[in-house]
This record gives sequence, C-alpha cells and structure tokens, in this order.
Amino acid sequence: MVEKAAEPRISPVRKRFRRAAQVFTTPFAADDYLALLDWRLNTREATGVVVEKRMETEDAATIVIRPTHRWPGHQPGQYLRLGILLDGKRKWRAYSLTSDPEHPEGHVSVTIKRDTEGELSPFFVDEMEAGQTLYLGDVEGQFTLPDKLPGKMLMISAGSGITPIWALLRELERRQYDGEVLHLHGARTADDMIFGEALREMAERFGPYALHEHHSEDKGRVKTADLDDICPDWRDRDVFLSGPREMIDTFEEHWNVEGEADRLRTERFQPVIGEGGEDIGGGTVKFRVTDCEATCEPGISILVGGEQAGADLPFGCRMGICHTCVGRLAHGRVRDLRTGEIEGKEGEMVRTCVTAPDGDVEIEL
Amino acid sequence: MSTETVQNPIHRLTKEQLDELADEFQKIHDEVFNDLGEHDAKYIHSIIELHRRLGAVSRIFLMASRYPPALVLGTIGLSAAKILENMEIGHNVLHGQWDWMNDPNIHSSTWDWDTASPAAAWKHSHNYVHHTFTQIVGKDKDVGYEIMRVDPKQKWYPFYLFQPLYNIVLMCFFEWGVALHDLNFEAIRKGEKSKKQLRDELKAIGLKARRQIVKDYIAFPLLSGSRKGFKRTFWANFTANIVRNLWSHAIIFCGHFPDQAFTFTEEDVKDETRGGWYVRQLVGAANIEGSPFFHVMSGNLGYQVEHHLYPDMPSSRYAEIAPRVKEICAKYDLPYNTGPFLQQWGMVQRTIARLAFPGGKPRPKPGPWREPDKQPEREERFSREEQPVPAFP
Repeated sequence: MVEKAAEPRISPVRKRFRRAAQVFTTPFAADDYLALLDWRLNTREATGVVVEKRMETEDAATIVIRPTHRWPGHQPGQYLRLGILLDGKRKWRAYSLTSDPEHPEGHVSVTIKRDTEGELSPFFVDEMEAGQTLYLGDVEGQFTLPDKLPGKMLMISAGSGITPIWALLRELERRQYDGEVLHLHGARTADDMIFGEALREMAERFGPYALHEHHSEDKGRVKTADLDDICPDWRDRDVFLSGPREMIDTFEEHWNVEGEADRLRTERFQPVIGEGGEDIGGGTVKFRVTDCEATCEPGISILVGGEQAGADLPFGCRMGICHTCVGRLAHGRVRDLRTGEIEGKEGEMVRTCVTAPDGDVEIEL
Repeated sequence: MSTETVQNPIHRLTKEQLDELADEFQKIHDEVFNDLGEHDAKYIHSIIELHRRLGAVSRIFLMASRYPPALVLGTIGLSAAKILENMEIGHNVLHGQWDWMNDPNIHSSTWDWDTASPAAAWKHSHNYVHHTFTQIVGKDKDVGYEIMRVDPKQKWYPFYLFQPLYNIVLMCFFEWGVALHDLNFEAIRKGEKSKKQLRDELKAIGLKARRQIVKDYIAFPLLSGSRKGFKRTFWANFTANIVRNLWSHAIIFCGHFPDQAFTFTEEDVKDETRGGWYVRQLVGAANIEGSPFFHVMSGNLGYQVEHHLYPDMPSSRYAEIAPRVKEICAKYDLPYNTGPFLQQWGMVQRTIARLAFPGGKPRPKPGPWREPDKQPEREERFSREEQPVPAFP
C-alpha cells in the first residue's frame, strides 16, 4: 500500500453514520459520495489548507496550515508528514512542527528550508500559496523533552536543524524551566539564521537560555573540537542534537568515544533495519498474492526475506515511517524489529519493513 | 509437429530479432511512463467522479421507480455506472495502472470493486496467473476458465457437450463465475492451497456477496417507498447487474477466444525470453474496433493487445500507442489481431459450439499486419506559386 495521510479524528456519531451508510455505498465509502457535495466532508484522510506562507530567511519559509479536521495534538520536537500533489503524483516529506501545541486558532506550522537539489522543498518554499490543500500524516517522533526536565542542557543545531530545537526551547520557556540551557547553533551568517531574531530576543528575556551563534562564513562549520571552549561541561549535560546527517554522525561518534552516549538525543531517522543481526522473530512467510514463500532468519524483516526469495514487494522508507510496504496479515503473528513486541493481529495491516515473522506467517501481498 | 496451417510466430523470429523487438516494446512503455502526469491523473479522477455521480443519480431515480420514466432512466444509468466501474475503473485500478499517482484511495492495494469477486483473489488469478501465463493451455486458467473448451488443444470431456448451454448461464451471472473461478479449483484439488487460505477466501467471497446482495436487493429497494416500488427497484438492480454481466462477459471473451488469437503449449514457451513474452502477449490477444465511447465502456479492453503488452499502463494511453504497436508488427511480419465487435463475438460463439464436440482444428490465422492501403497521396512538394511548370489548364 502507499503512504497515506492520518485518519482524521471524527465524532463517534459520525463514525456510526459512516458505517451505516456503507450498506448503500459498498464497496465504496459513504464519504466518497458525500465528497461530491463538498470535499471537506471526506474524512478518509486528514487534510489541511495553507493559510499563510511567511519567509523566515531568504531560503526558508514557515507554512501555516489550518487542519480540516480536529488536530490530534503534538509535543514540541515531533514531526509531521506532509503530502502534496506534484504533476499528478502524491509526494510526502516529514518536517518538524514549529507551531506551539494548542494554538488558539488551531493552526499548525512547519518551517522548511529550500534545498536546491531537493524535489519538494523548493516547491514548498517558492510555489506554495495560501489556499492550497495538503495531506497531513501522523504526528510522530521521539525527539521531545522528558517529563522531568534535566538541570543542565545543551542544544546543538545547524541550518534547518534548528526547527525542532526551536519548538523545544519555546516549550522550555512555557514550562518555566529554571535550569541552564546552552544553545549552540551553526548558521552561515547572522542574517541567514532561521528564527535568529526571535531566539536572540528569547535569550534576553528568558534567563536560563544562552545562545551561542557560530557563523560558518567566518569560522567554518561547528566542530566537536570547539565544544571544550564553548561548553566545557558538555559531558555533564543532557544533549539535544539536530542538523545535517554528517554533523550528527561526527557528534554521535564523539559522544560514543568521549562522553556518555545515552545522554545524547538526536533527531534523525533510525538506520536501516531488518537485515539481520537482532535476535527477534524468525520463521516462514507465505505471500499469497505474489505466490511466493520465504524463510526469514531471526532479525530479517518480512520485506527483506521476501526480496531474497525473489518477490517483488512494495517498499518506501524501509524504517517504519511511510507505510508503503504494508500488507494484511492473514495468518500467524509478527514482531516489531525495533521493540521486539508482538505487532498487529490477524486481519490487520502490518509494516513488512520493520516486522519479522514469529513462526509461520501468511500475508496478503 | 502440430497441424496448424500458419506457423506460430513465436518460433519464426531469431533470438536477435526477439531481443531487438523486446527493446522496441520496452521503449514505448518507458516513454509513456516518463510522460505520465497531471493530465492522466485528471482523466481517472474525472471518470471516477462520473461513475459516482451517475450511480448516485440513477439510484435516486430508482427511488421513484413507481413512475415508469424514472424506472427506465434509473436502470439504464445504473447499468452504465456499473459497467464503467468494473471495466474502466475497477479492472484497471486493480492492475496497478494508476499506482504511479501514489494516491492511497486509487491504488491496486486498496481498491475494491462493485462485483462479487474480492479484490485480493482476483489480483492473484488475473494479474498474476492470467497475465503471466497468457494463453498457455494448461497453465492459463482463463483458457476456458476450467469449465469450457475454447481451444482444440484442451482435452475433450463429455461434460463439454453442455457448454453452449451453461455459457448462457455464465453470461448472465458472470460476476459470480469470476468470483468462484478466482478460488482456483485446480490448486484446491491438488492441495496446493492451505485449508486456512481457502477458508479465508470463501469467507471473503461470502462477506462480499452478502454486502452486494443486501445493497442491491434489500437496502435500495426498501428506499423505494411502496411494495410496488420495492419490487421494481429490485428488478431494476437485477437488470443492471445482468446487463453489466452480459457486457463484461462479451468483452472479456472477445479478448482471447476469437479465431485470430494464438494459443501455446508449455513446450512452446520453454526458455522464453523477454521478446518471446512480448510476442506471446501480442498474438495471444485480439482487439475490438470501436468508437472512443465504446472503448471507455469496455475499459479500453478493445485494446486487449496493448493491454496485454502493458498491463500496468493507464488504459487511457492505449489508443495513442496502438499505431506504434502496429508498426512493430509490420516490421517483424507479426499479426495485429483485430476486428469489429460482432464479428469477434460471433467467432467466439462458433468456437464454443464447435468445441463442445470432440476434435476441432485451430481456426485460420491472419498473416502479418500491413497498413490498409491508403489512397496514394500526391506529394505536394511545391506550393501553388512556386510550381516550376504552371498548372494546366
């Protein structure tokens, strides 16, 4: 199946109506017909309308969205998948939410920096206009503040990696954090920094917050070697790190070698999984549509096992985010390779890229 | 050696020719797929919207089925809507022709159609079995659907004497025939299908059947007010289903069983190359000539040849690639099977009647495709003013 928007929150009454009306509309949904009257009556997928696009810097814009249905809520630091139509094709990207939870008008926002090589960010930054419709995915992500705030924190960001950090800092201020948070941010110049003005203002009014700007035009990129100068006690702090992939890799390595890796939280997707290594699950998979059988060693995902057996299976992110790879579990049970937990019941959709068979499994793919 | 008068073209081409031909067919596929975009997306969205509007309006008319004009219009509209949904929308969406749009609501993995057969079983028996083993007698279960003898290579059983009769029953209740066919009785007999899978599939058919029956024969008739209205809507819906069944049966049987289409043995396709696969798809199918309206209402299966070459290509593109397919046929001296609807349909009925009895020979096959003779046009290389010799008189 393909990547899909979130299921909108609708009232139980409406849900019951929807199910009852399907007696008349089967095999289609009642909403398919209601949508002929007004597209907003379609509750099959969560959508939103762009109410404003605001340029933050020359190449970054905040897109403000009014969700069509009730917003499920989010925690600062989480991200949202956005779907748009580009030449008849639906495309998805995940962006960190930059809006405050419980916005008075119910708006949400993401802030996107143009990547000239990218496929979607130029569209969002340059072409997106108020009034356009977007598909809204699920709110996801673990890059959030703990319930009990640590006494000393260090936030490291670079470029557009500022966006989840921005959400976390605003949350710290809202929660009247009284510890100490040092923020090291790398940007090309002072003007090129997304939310630069707002963060400098925050540093003036919010005592616990100290901002250290590092302008790469003068000093080069932020390096791990700079840490000892900027934040001598970095080993004793809880760290939130968000930036380009290479930067995360080098900093993560630094913490692994010289610091305490479990005090470092990073905003990046998990490495590719399902290719063996973990001691989770193991068994056989029968693909009913493809008419193929595969044997999966422990740690091998259904997707990888199927591919090794020669099946041509759908996939997308291969890390459990996009739901492109799902198939209906017809028989047996599967385990999530990330948690080891049993995932899904017979008859439910399971993500083949992050699940392994636990015994004999049949799947409708 | 078989007794066929025209040699099966699959054996005539050299390996190099087959490879070259495969590249030429692949090129057409790739060019179309690189060009798919908003224009195509608009087409399928508008057809789906048309189906929904037509269906909804027809059902509303039938609520007033007590009045004869509403009854007639409603029945016609509903028949057309069901045909449109099964042929141009359902069949093609389930083939994955629109998967490139990435729209989860118009996608082969999520679509279900307004017919008795559940989508998952259909995708296996049709997309996989039929479109992979096309016209290989013994492997393609669609050669006679395991209940009919439509090719002389099939062994004769006395049971087939009745096939002209039960074909008529099948015409009327085609959707149920298809649903049962998808179960794949051979696999069940041979024990290739687990009990659990069979049970699941039967359950899926049962559930689908219940929903379809409740909708057409209870729920909507109840909305028609009086007792008379109930009866009339009931029969109107029944009629619409029969009309749809007759039409889809006709179109589908005309796809592979007219005289021109070749069949193959497992021997024929041993070590088949990609080029061989293309040739088999090409000569194993037959087109139906018709107007653009005819093609939409038949799900563009009037372009059965193009559909078999490119099952995953949006059907709305078949008409535009047909001339290029013909060019390839002419170049490699291959047939391009086509004919008017009544001729093709008549051939199918004749075959069904003849092969009910033992024996039978393959029907004569058409030769290589040649562009129909065009009136040779005089080349107008010079405009009137520039003509070297002034016109006379």
